Amino acid sequence: MRYLPLTEADRKAMLKRIGAKDIDALFVDVPPEARLDSSDRPVDLPRRRSELEVERTLTRMAGRNVSAGAVPFFVGAGAYKHHVPATVDHLIQRSEFLTAYTPYQPEVSQGTLQYLFEFQTQVALLTGMEVANASMYDGSTGCGEAVLMAERVTKRRKAVLSGGLHPQYRAVVENLSHFGGSTVHALPPAINGEEDIVSAIDSETACVVVQTPNVYGSLTDLEPIARAAHENGALLIAVVTEVVSLGAVRSPGEMGADIVVAEGQSLGVGLSFGGPYVGLFATREKFLRQMPGRLAGETVDGEGKRGYVLTLSTREQHIRRERATSNICTNSGLCCLAFTIHLSLLGEKGFRDLARLNHHNACLLADRLSGVKGVEVLTPAFFNEFTIRTPKPGAEVVEALAEKGILGGVPVSRLEPTADAFGDLIVVASTEVNTDEDRDAYQTALKEVLA
Amino acid sequence: MSTLRYTKDHEWIRLDGETATIGITNYAQEQLGDVVFVELPEVGKEVAAGDEAAVVESVKAASEVYAPVAGEVVEVNEALTDAPDKVNEDPQGDGWFVKIKLADKTALDGLMDEDAYKAFLEESA
Repeated sequence: MRYLPLTEADRKAMLKRIGAKDIDALFVDVPPEARLDSSDRPVDLPRRRSELEVERTLTRMAGRNVSAGAVPFFVGAGAYKHHVPATVDHLIQRSEFLTAYTPYQPEVSQGTLQYLFEFQTQVALLTGMEVANASMYDGSTGCGEAVLMAERVTKRRKAVLSGGLHPQYRAVVENLSHFGGSTVHALPPAINGEEDIVSAIDSETACVVVQTPNVYGSLTDLEPIARAAHENGALLIAVVTEVVSLGAVRSPGEMGADIVVAEGQSLGVGLSFGGPYVGLFATREKFLRQMPGRLAGETVDGEGKRGYVLTLSTREQHIRRERATSNICTNSGLCCLAFTIHLSLLGEKGFRDLARLNHHNACLLADRLSGVKGVEVLTPAFFNEFTIRTPKPGAEVVEALAEKGILGGVPVSRLEPTADAFGDLIVVASTEVNTDEDRDAYQTALKEVLA
Repeated sequence: MSTLRYTKDHEWIRLDGETATIGITNYAQEQLGDVVFVELPEVGKEVAAGDEAAVVESVKAASEVYAPVAGEVVEVNEALTDAPDKVNEDPQGDGWFVKIKLADKTALDGLMDEDAYKAFLEESA
């Protein structure tokens, strides 16, 4: 294949067509202080080095990180460290499977479509919903898409977000809604106030967005919220950032949710510095046509044999153009494969056991930490994550713990920098990877830091 | 006596008194292929000429059905929700989409009658 670069004449013709003076005119939206200009602010990088030298330098730099697997690790707040069996990585790297995307001639890849179908079935069962798509990019973008979908279904333009919704999810919703011209009413941060949202629902509300367990770890019964939403003609969007919790608590579907979005990273996908992850998206069958994303369906071929297809594509961008339900024209293919393999390896019993173990470890940790003088566990009902108050600012405590080789959680000031009353709070997670030694080390280090 | 008119977007309009029934033509359903879903507007909605009145989805495409005339939606063909294939079977009968109470009866004057539509189809073929 030949590579034909643009000529200067091509560039000029294109710029003229769109009415731009020069290439720089395309970047006027970027604030000047954020621009790297070759004349007065050259990019300050060292001269070229050999591959061997670069590798050495970068390895040395990486060595300065405290990696999650190397120390007692209690960080969560939307991304969780779980044990991923080696089988998962081995299987997803088989050449029949190894692709990041849904294929462009999908029906040729029956194996891919079959695992997508299995994935959707797993997601529907976990969330207690009727239909699920082949995944979104991650939980937060899934959440933003769910709000847009609720606005299409209800033909209303206002979303109400609970104070326990992950602040980064809130930011995604606000960003998407801002450009879609709709209103977002976000309640102030609250550790355990999901039901406060009921009084914020009115006849203009398209949806309420409630997270359980929420970003502070609190579990909430969604039923009263679902009832209040439905009485006002609004939808309930349930958000789950720790999918393992669904092995222990009632599913959002059973509690009346209309759309469930979840981060699936906990199963099969490592922390990986924050991505790529996999968003789960499920809803009721009656809203199927407003759902974003790809959808694999089971059917029979001309000879009556079982086969898989991508279905209901008329919702999608390559057919519906600007009227599509979403601009996502793919899914998080490899991560959703890893999710499916991990969950299949666990099975239902294994998944429930894993959830129980997570909760058990978190309870043990909460007991240990509340035994440290001045430390208070604030989350009344939790799964594998809870919030503590410390006598010193949370950010300082976490930093001091890190210096002692303990990654002790996420200071709330990092998530909610403007919530001054939350400055002494830390969100602490504990999964199956934590041992008694880890808990001992955490308790001892915390005592020293607070002494 | 009802009046039947056609648009260049392959919609038909049948006027009985003040009420216009709107659907897509036989040619349109042939082009779309098997219709699998029809999204209908809410009864009581006011539409302007050129506004989207419905969405029709086939196995290969999704298309908007535009209101050829302004008025209020007084009835929608609920039967299409469960049996969208009626659009293929009987596009100019049971496969109708919406009924609109016309704001202005003369609005149909600019549209094609059956002979003009046939000629239009032949021209564009």
